[in-house]
Amino acid sequence: MSKIHPPFDLLPPLWRGVGITLQLTILAAVLAVLTSFVIGFARLARYRLLRVLATLYVEIFRGTSVLVQLFWVYYVLPFFNLKLTAMQAGILVLGLNYGAYGSEIVRSSILAIPKHQTEAGIALNMTPNQIMARIILPQALLLMLPPFGNLFIELLKGTALVSLITLSDLMFQGTLMRTSTLRSFEVFSLVLILYFLLAYPITLAVRAWEKKLSQGRA
Amino acid sequence: MAGSRPLKRRELSSGVNPPAEKENQTGRPMVKYSHVSKAFGKLKVLRDINLDIEKNEIVAVIGPSGSGKTTLIRMLMTLEKPSSGTIEVDGELLWHERKNGKLVPASEGHLRKVRRKVGMVFQQFNLFPHMKILRNVTEAPLHVLGLPREEAEARAVEMLEKVGLGDKLDAYPAQLSGGQQQRVAIARALVMRPQVMLFDEVTSALDPELVGEVLAVLREIAAEGDMTMIIVTHEMDFAREVADRILFLDGGVIVEEGPPQAIFNNPRHKRTREFLSRFCNSPMTPAAI
Amino acid sequence: MAPIIVGNTILWDWEYAVQIFPTLLAALKITIGATLLGFALACILGLPLAFGRRSACRPLTLLTGGLVEFVRSTPLLAQLFFIYWGLAEFLGVTMSAFTAGVTGLGIHYAAYLSEVYRAGIDAVPRGQWEAATALGFSALRTWTNIILPQAIPPVLPVMGNYLIGMFKDTPMLSAITVVELLQTAKIIGTRSFRFVEPFTIVGLLFLLLSYLSSLGVARLEARFKRGSA
Repeated sequence: MSKIHPPFDLLPPLWRGVGITLQLTILAAVLAVLTSFVIGFARLARYRLLRVLATLYVEIFRGTSVLVQLFWVYYVLPFFNLKLTAMQAGILVLGLNYGAYGSEIVRSSILAIPKHQTEAGIALNMTPNQIMARIILPQALLLMLPPFGNLFIELLKGTALVSLITLSDLMFQGTLMRTSTLRSFEVFSLVLILYFLLAYPITLAVRAWEKKLSQGRA
Repeated sequence: MAGSRPLKRRELSSGVNPPAEKENQTGRPMVKYSHVSKAFGKLKVLRDINLDIEKNEIVAVIGPSGSGKTTLIRMLMTLEKPSSGTIEVDGELLWHERKNGKLVPASEGHLRKVRRKVGMVFQQFNLFPHMKILRNVTEAPLHVLGLPREEAEARAVEMLEKVGLGDKLDAYPAQLSGGQQQRVAIARALVMRPQVMLFDEVTSALDPELVGEVLAVLREIAAEGDMTMIIVTHEMDFAREVADRILFLDGGVIVEEGPPQAIFNNPRHKRTREFLSRFCNSPMTPAAI
Repeated sequence: MAPIIVGNTILWDWEYAVQIFPTLLAALKITIGATLLGFALACILGLPLAFGRRSACRPLTLLTGGLVEFVRSTPLLAQLFFIYWGLAEFLGVTMSAFTAGVTGLGIHYAAYLSEVYRAGIDAVPRGQWEAATALGFSALRTWTNIILPQAIPPVLPVMGNYLIGMFKDTPMLSAITVVELLQTAKIIGTRSFRFVEPFTIVGLLFLLLSYLSSLGVARLEARFKRGSA
């Protein structure tokens, strides 16, 4: 309560962490999106085995927590001669985990496209692949954007966990500075504010997009 | 059923109120609208309404949709606030209080006090879906009037039997037909013993074959002769049969008012004639316009 | 049972797994305790937040809205650190790690539950409010007897999902020194230099409990869908 000047001197090391956080977020997001589509389509596949495997994948990743998965990858895999860096482990786990949630978005968005769109494609003698690629998917992609936007924000928040396996992201820098500066209140307030500044613009973008969707098409 | 009412000839210009014809202890009207207007944003829904309703009078309000008739009674039930003007119920100001000789907007406590004199039945019934029928009717007596449980239940059972649903005490609203639900809603409002009962198009949401049972209940309440009723309705035959006075509302003003046979057989104003001609005096009620 | 060996590495040591299982189960109790307490706190805190966001008083809606937005946009881990180390220093109080953890979980999920409550309350038809007014119910009675009993049951499945989510978030408490399930596994693993069994068992325990709970939530959802009109 005695300090009134803003703790700008704490920013530079935190800022370095922001860079790592963003790097991890974007790379994990790419993997997550790929996984979402692969698993999402697998859950809609004609072959029962594929559907079952995909559902199993989703249940396992959604049923265990990200942190447990991170620890498992970082601490257990070396025993099987597979040693990953913290960044690699982070990208892998976050990508696969959030990909499981993303597959639900892909699946439900595709299912949300009304059946008569498919029927129109059949009437025009298109192949199933053409129908999916030219009619269903373009419409479904628009629907997917808001929930994927929200998932992206969740992913951003999830990157903080990778600090616990020693990745030098924003969270990690914060914990380092706690011990080095003993100014926990300011450090962690800044950390929270920085995360907020990263996430909030995406929230606004998602809301704007949702609004646009409901106006034009309803 | 009580005998038919004596026919009264009255002044037919709007805004002039008929002399008290029924037994009236104090001589003052039960409901009084003075220069009441209501606007929703730019939309003027009611313009300078002046209306006196006598004790135990039965008034039917008719008019095209958008005429403001629902807003008229909703203001009496404190569901809408008048933009200007005052409303009195049994001599007491509803939306205002007199403090130091001046009129100030009423406090929540004052609203609650005067509101007790008014009851309302809605077009969509608005029964409480998570409560059984008996509880729907006892809830307000218990928690608003503070009656002991036996008395609340006795009153509720009596009222439900009166509307013909004494055997449905343990059912949930979803298990009843629309007509039955509306009758429960009437019982729920009556059990509070208000002085004025408002009915907002209470049969408009019902399938045609269920309308009759609800109108029968209304007819019985009217016949007992000791309830002031304001009935917004499209059921012209019913209005003609039951009402002491008809109010025709259009474009937010009372265009014409008078006893039923004057309004229905001899409408003075062009707009009244146009509106009534759509009903063609047929026994079938057209769908809400 | 003999350990499962592949090549030069021991894939799974049954004896070791059985040996550490009781310790892990005991730690599970802490995890479950933190979950239940945190969720209770979240349920309670969520209500005033929901009321605040629906109130007629604009500064209040902005304040609670901003608070909810901030909590939902920042990582739970950062919030836990903030509470355990930051707030403690600022207020000059010391709180146990467990208390800080439960508080953090409670506040974080209260923000989410407030949205859930809001959706439930908004779903109650306007006619119910009008009937309550017409019959003269006080504001309090309207909420307790008419609105909330209709608002909450439909959103119970969603609340159940958040409970499961909170359960899976409890490992974060290990970062503020709460010795819950994951931390215990880490301690065991560090001591014996073998992480496979502890972490895999922990993973399976989480999986089993979340899966069973999600079945329970699905049944709750089905029962509600069946019961309503």
